[in-house]
Amino acid sequence: MALLQIAEPGESSAPHEHKLAAGIDLGTTNSLVASVRSGQAATLPDESGNHILPSVVRYTADEVIVGEKARDAAVSDPLNTIASAKRLIGRAVSDIKSLGENLPYNFADVDSAVPRIQTAAGDVSPVEVSAEILKVLARRAEHTLGGDLVGVVITVPAYFDDAQRQATKDAATIAGLNVFRLLNEPTAAAVAYGLDHDADGVHAIYDLGGGTFDISILRLNKGVFEVMATGGDSALGGDDFDQVVAEWMMAQAGIAGDADRGMLRGLSAKARAAKEALAEQESVQLDIDLPQGGSWQGVLTRDQFNELVDPLIRRTVSACRRALRDAGVTKEEIRDVVMVGGSTRTLRVREKVGEFFGTTPLTDIDPDRVVAIGAAIQADVLAGNKPDGEMLLLDVNPLSLGIETMGGLVEKIIPRNTTIPVARAQEFTTFKDGQSAMAVHVLQGERELVSDCRSLARFELRGIPPMVAGAARIRVTFSVDADGLLHVEAEEQSQGVKASVEVKPSYGLTDNEIAGMLKSSIEHAGEDMAARKLAEQKVEAARVIEALTAALQSDGDDLLNADERATVDQALAELQQLAEQSQDDKQLKAGIEALEATCGFYVERRMNSGIRKAMAGHKVEDFE
Amino acid sequence: MFDFSKNYFDLFGLPVAFLLDSGALAERYREVQKVVHPDRYANAPESQQRQALQQATQVNEAYETLRDPLKRAQYLLQLNGVDINQETATTRDAAFLMRQMELREALAQVTGQTDPLASLDELMAEIGGLIKAQIAQLAVQFESGTAEQLEAARESVSKMQFLNKLHSEAEALEAELEEAI
Repeated sequence: MALLQIAEPGESSAPHEHKLAAGIDLGTTNSLVASVRSGQAATLPDESGNHILPSVVRYTADEVIVGEKARDAAVSDPLNTIASAKRLIGRAVSDIKSLGENLPYNFADVDSAVPRIQTAAGDVSPVEVSAEILKVLARRAEHTLGGDLVGVVITVPAYFDDAQRQATKDAATIAGLNVFRLLNEPTAAAVAYGLDHDADGVHAIYDLGGGTFDISILRLNKGVFEVMATGGDSALGGDDFDQVVAEWMMAQAGIAGDADRGMLRGLSAKARAAKEALAEQESVQLDIDLPQGGSWQGVLTRDQFNELVDPLIRRTVSACRRALRDAGVTKEEIRDVVMVGGSTRTLRVREKVGEFFGTTPLTDIDPDRVVAIGAAIQADVLAGNKPDGEMLLLDVNPLSLGIETMGGLVEKIIPRNTTIPVARAQEFTTFKDGQSAMAVHVLQGERELVSDCRSLARFELRGIPPMVAGAARIRVTFSVDADGLLHVEAEEQSQGVKASVEVKPSYGLTDNEIAGMLKSSIEHAGEDMAARKLAEQKVEAARVIEALTAALQSDGDDLLNADERATVDQALAELQQLAEQSQDDKQLKAGIEALEATCGFYVERRMNSGIRKAMAGHKVEDFE
Repeated sequence: MFDFSKNYFDLFGLPVAFLLDSGALAERYREVQKVVHPDRYANAPESQQRQALQQATQVNEAYETLRDPLKRAQYLLQLNGVDINQETATTRDAAFLMRQMELREALAQVTGQTDPLASLDELMAEIGGLIKAQIAQLAVQFESGTAEQLEAARESVSKMQFLNKLHSEAEALEAELEEAI
């Protein structure tokens, strides 16, 4: 007889029906995991009590280190320590060059579309780096919650395109996670903020992270979150602030641009520290060791700093203006501007955003945790834990979807900021007599030219019956489901010939490569298993201890004599000690069983007394 | 629970009319989505999930259609059996065509003005006013509902298409000018 069953009759005796789900904020600089427990969403700390996991992974010849320890090695071991992998995920080598990313890694010179970074552990892709971070967070959640996660919600910048989203999903696959959905970061923040503040009305969420910027305009009404527009820049963030400050320092100190990587990393760190200090003080003293020996001293004032970052902030304000226009609302209609993301700690950002919206932005929520908490709330809904809940999220597709037409132009079929799920069709025709096939090229982006948009998929409709040019009617239907996945179908109208494709944008990694990465990841999973089993037993022990303590409090004095009470108390204390110290799941399990055996008589007595009290109106099965 | 077999107005429990209470529409939309949205069926069998997806898609389409005056007018014409072939949409109203050309020229000249944004603002306000006037006309035309009035509504719809296109071009230019600042 399990101790759990001594719960009072009528109380919920099936806590296991709650499915374990988590929300993960996979950030450029920092990552977090959160979960809903007993109706409350909260971020989960690691064993040392840290909620934030730096998104840094260090590869050595024999181990992979994630988080703070990896970050600490960024300066001493820059080549093997990968930070800000999010800026690279889902991008091709050519994209990274065109973005002008200045990253201190050695990219492997391989014939691959995916950037691979050379490390002591071999070449790694940004997807694998992200998978390592996800693994650590998922393991943390499973240890804390005491069981396997049925699924997770991972947040991504609203402005991530489909390739970046697919790459993020692939990272989760490699980490062995089931992804319920990718949720846009500002939407996640809005969920956490809105539910907390019961704030009906139109809100702007300004989310400036380490490497990405998003703006979302949402309407909240009685638990329904309607995203009206979303926009941003998936390559703009606090890292860029550090970069301009570092460049300024180099110019001031006369350090050449080709300084060694450790030096550049060090400068970035100094720039970041200066930025953070300027949130508190008017100026900051700088002291930089020069590569040729000696050092340079100088001062960075807040005014100088503002001048450096203003062009970057201006880009974010342009995106705000665009989002307002797309949403069809004026600045005056915005009830609150909510600031999210670590980079909104920079005072100049608050100042400029406040100036634009004509209102003081809200900075009272923890900008680091709010995204993970929102993701956890949505994960709880998608796990099916809230079938009758009030909350509903109506999201939009962030970027326009269309197909290539004559002359390398893009015809938009679903414009950006359309509420999903959505299906839209358009008719096209042939341009040659007797044309029997038509190529469908699916694109994503706002620009007119095919070459400026991202190619998502290509397929062919064959078997078009011979007709004169312009006579055939080919209906192309785009459908985007609630997860944001795109399905495209082309159908010839007279004979009903069809062709379709599930758009799974490729960014370079093939399914085989993903499968290979997954396999090697599973091979390393053995060591994780033991830790998980122990964690599960610890949770079980805690549950038993809690149940027994509660039982003793309610009727221990009535049902037990002094000797019996002492026996039970001692058994309880033994298990408590074991739960704290044991490193062996089997030992702990035996301990739990021993306690249950010792206290069996008490459980039985409670049952009898409970049954006497509560028999009326209950069937016997209720107590079994 | 909701009737998807009839028209979009019935789906939201609203009277079939051009004039509509946009607050009530938004509220009904949210109520319906709360019931049919796929997120409500996370643990349901696949057939129910598929149905939820279809219904939620339809509800979004219905809401998009009814909330935009031009789409709403086109939809009402369609319900009334009036052919609206968008490619051949024209108007024979010479005065309107003239006005339209003037506006187009004014838009082309905005960038040469001393304060382009201010001139553009003025122009957009004017276009906005003309759109409102068409909406008012449509309300009267659909209210009457006779064959002639519906034909007039078809012409109003064509005019509104011109105006809407012009307005979105003006918006694009506004965005361009603002970015350049």
